[in-house]
Amino acid sequence: MARQFVSRAILLYVMTTATGTTHMELNVRLFALYRERAGRSSIPVAVQDGATVADLTAEIRRQLPNLAPPEVKIVVAVNADYADEDIVLRPGDDVCLIPPVSGG
Amino acid sequence: MIELTHESLDPEKVTAKVRLDTNGAVVTFLGTTRDNFEGKRVLTLEYEAFDEMAVKKLEEVRQEMMAEFGLEQVAISHRIGTVNIGEISLVVAIGSPHRKEAFYACHKTVDRIKELVPIWKKEVYQDGSRWVACEDHEFPPADQPAAEQESAHRHAH
Repeated sequence: MARQFVSRAILLYVMTTATGTTHMELNVRLFALYRERAGRSSIPVAVQDGATVADLTAEIRRQLPNLAPPEVKIVVAVNADYADEDIVLRPGDDVCLIPPVSGG
Repeated sequence: MIELTHESLDPEKVTAKVRLDTNGAVVTFLGTTRDNFEGKRVLTLEYEAFDEMAVKKLEEVRQEMMAEFGLEQVAISHRIGTVNIGEISLVVAIGSPHRKEAFYACHKTVDRIKELVPIWKKEVYQDGSRWVACEDHEFPPADQPAAEQESAHRHAH
């Protein structure tokens, strides 16, 4: 009886965790080389709440495997500033991918 | 003191911004568009910027240089859009009490711009184009879909 209760509780917990995670959709802007390779100037990317910049680039590589070769790091700007890989993304963030720059 | 523009650049105007009576030296750098890349003839250049961030980063570079070299004034103008060969794409003007700092600062300002500011240039050739990348970030040859696009483009001509 007690064991049954515990297993039910565990099951309930697992279900809550599985369905309790929410996703956010970010509109990721693309420039120059990335814009041309993707064929559009922005892409919607769904990530889990609490996702980091690294999670986002992993998801983008999954969706667009030809965007950047594996040895090239995809540089991300969040709200018009360079963002490290461990930065946590929030809904409504202005997220842009920055291909290697070549001004001057 | 920071300018991103589709219009052609006037180096005299940019230099005038840093002319102060307390300065003993003014150094102005002009970045001009070159007509060749590895033996290929470049017809024109296309500059693209993430405007909001580019202006912010140019201002950061300006502040950094003024603090590091004790400069009186720094002005930076960058052109975007189509720039024909031989035209000016970048003007950096440095006003300083002494010439040594002005030369160093001018060199470093251009290096920092090329390293940090989200601006991209594309060289357009007779038979295609190429996004220029900083030498140490050079992209390997385009992947399959890009290669297909390029060959389709070639056939169209």
